Amino acid sequence: MKNLSRVSWLKVLLYIVLTLYAIITLIPFLWALSASFKPLFEIVSGESNFLPKNFTFDNYKQIFLQEPLFLRWLFNSVVIAVSVTVLNLLFNSMAGYALARLRFRGRHFWFLLILAVLAVPAQITLIPTFLILKVFGWLNSYQGMIIPSMVNATFIFMMRQFFINFPKELEEAAALDGLTPFGIFWRIVLPLAKPALAAQAVFVFMGSWNNFLLPVVILFDPEMFTLPLGLNSFKGQYISYWNYIMAASMVFTLPALAIYAFFNRYFIHSVTFTGGKG
Amino acid sequence: MYQLRRQQQKARWKIKEDLPGYLFMLPAILVLGTFVVLPIIWAVFLSLHKVQLLGGIEYEFIGFRNFTRLFEDERVWIALKNTAQYVAIVVPTQTVLALVLAVTLNSGIRGKNWWRILYFLPTVTSSAVLTLIFMWIYNTNGLLNDVLAFLGLPTYNWLGDPAVALKGIMIMNIWSTAPFYMVIYLAALQDIPQTLYEAAELDGANGWQKFIHITIPILKPVTFFVVAMGIIGTFQLFDQSYIFSGGTGGPNNATLTVVLLIYQAVFRNLQMGYAAAIAFLLAVVIITITLIQQRLFGGEKV
Repeated sequence: MKNLSRVSWLKVLLYIVLTLYAIITLIPFLWALSASFKPLFEIVSGESNFLPKNFTFDNYKQIFLQEPLFLRWLFNSVVIAVSVTVLNLLFNSMAGYALARLRFRGRHFWFLLILAVLAVPAQITLIPTFLILKVFGWLNSYQGMIIPSMVNATFIFMMRQFFINFPKELEEAAALDGLTPFGIFWRIVLPLAKPALAAQAVFVFMGSWNNFLLPVVILFDPEMFTLPLGLNSFKGQYISYWNYIMAASMVFTLPALAIYAFFNRYFIHSVTFTGGKG
Repeated sequence: MYQLRRQQQKARWKIKEDLPGYLFMLPAILVLGTFVVLPIIWAVFLSLHKVQLLGGIEYEFIGFRNFTRLFEDERVWIALKNTAQYVAIVVPTQTVLALVLAVTLNSGIRGKNWWRILYFLPTVTSSAVLTLIFMWIYNTNGLLNDVLAFLGLPTYNWLGDPAVALKGIMIMNIWSTAPFYMVIYLAALQDIPQTLYEAAELDGANGWQKFIHITIPILKPVTFFVVAMGIIGTFQLFDQSYIFSGGTGGPNNATLTVVLLIYQAVFRNLQMGYAAAIAFLLAVVIITITLIQQRLFGGEKV
């Protein structure tokens, strides 16, 4: 009996710790969300009330209707993140599959090269990448944002590991039925790789959607900005209009949260894959 | 004769076998070749040249002068010091916090998945948004100072005071990154066989002893991974400093980081060669510290 009550006290303590941390996690988001529904005068009044006293949608109306570039930034971010994600899924899987399954000359060399690429810090390649994009005339363009990012060595490696542990029999049967390597890949391998693809989709989409360094370096025309840059310039323009800045931040966060919620199961699974076993 | 023919056959490319492999690899080879391998070679070249951007680009070979200049540049030292200080505080704190959260979540709590999803929120939110939210909270009249004042603690001009500006970024990053490592720890904790704990209980070990003598040693490879990822990530601090300081690294260079310095060298001072040298310095620092860390952890493979 004595022992039992000690255990339950410990449980209570654990729940208190968890709840406190949950509050610490949520407060910045709730505070920002609440500010996005407050008029400016309420924000600057200095009262720290979590529920807006003068609830309003005006901040959202302002950024969508009065700020001509906001929709454009949203559009740019969607175009770039979706293209980068789709192309990564296709190209990383193709390369991973070739390295795992296809016999060709130099296979070992290409595999080692991809491992080496994994270890190179991004800062080293940043400036030359900028110069190469300049030579191609791709600065300040969609292709400049998409093409350098449409292949990722980390996920090639991940897909290779995934395909190596794949049962071979189905592919062999398909080959006997006369399917070409690409037919086998497209009709049999890819559909069976859905969990790995879903995890990769979340990571690549988040990475592209939230990327700040590459766009800040290669995009300079406000029309071409992605949302992170747009938000940053927004901050400069509306320096003390925190109501607008917070509304824009909330709009920006929503798609990432939706993707995360939708793919959550796969996402966590792949985090554990890279961390626990990787 | 037979031997020779076999060798000849071996040397010839077999279109039917090699072609599909290369077709599958082609996008990866083109992109990684153009935007990783070529840039590395170009970066070495840049770092040995003075680059002039007058309409076109002109290169003047200057040997190692970009590198010797690093040692005389006061701002390089400030950036390195800021970044090192940032790494030294953020990495241990977020690792311990991640471990504590993971162990707490793993101790037979109800609704584990819901807590985990909730805690993960900051990790999926973009650094740009988080930085803006925190700038708003760090405001002189902002929420944080209100709370501190309410508790009778000192308030700060978080963004304007050189003494606390970097600490503001530290707090934010610990908060946003710890949950990511928490998930990794959580996965590893679930893989620890329960029989180990049962055996220790038979030997009379209490909860704390089990944690110190079983959990911590078993998690060592994961801790290596978490700390290594943490070091690599924190040394590359850029977005937050850039947004907080409007790209300057201010107030008074307090939030100047190495990557921000590289950015400034390229786009403010147009010194591409020098920027490449700073990038190499950063790479050397990161690789060295990761290797030392690997030694400390007994060179265990993750």
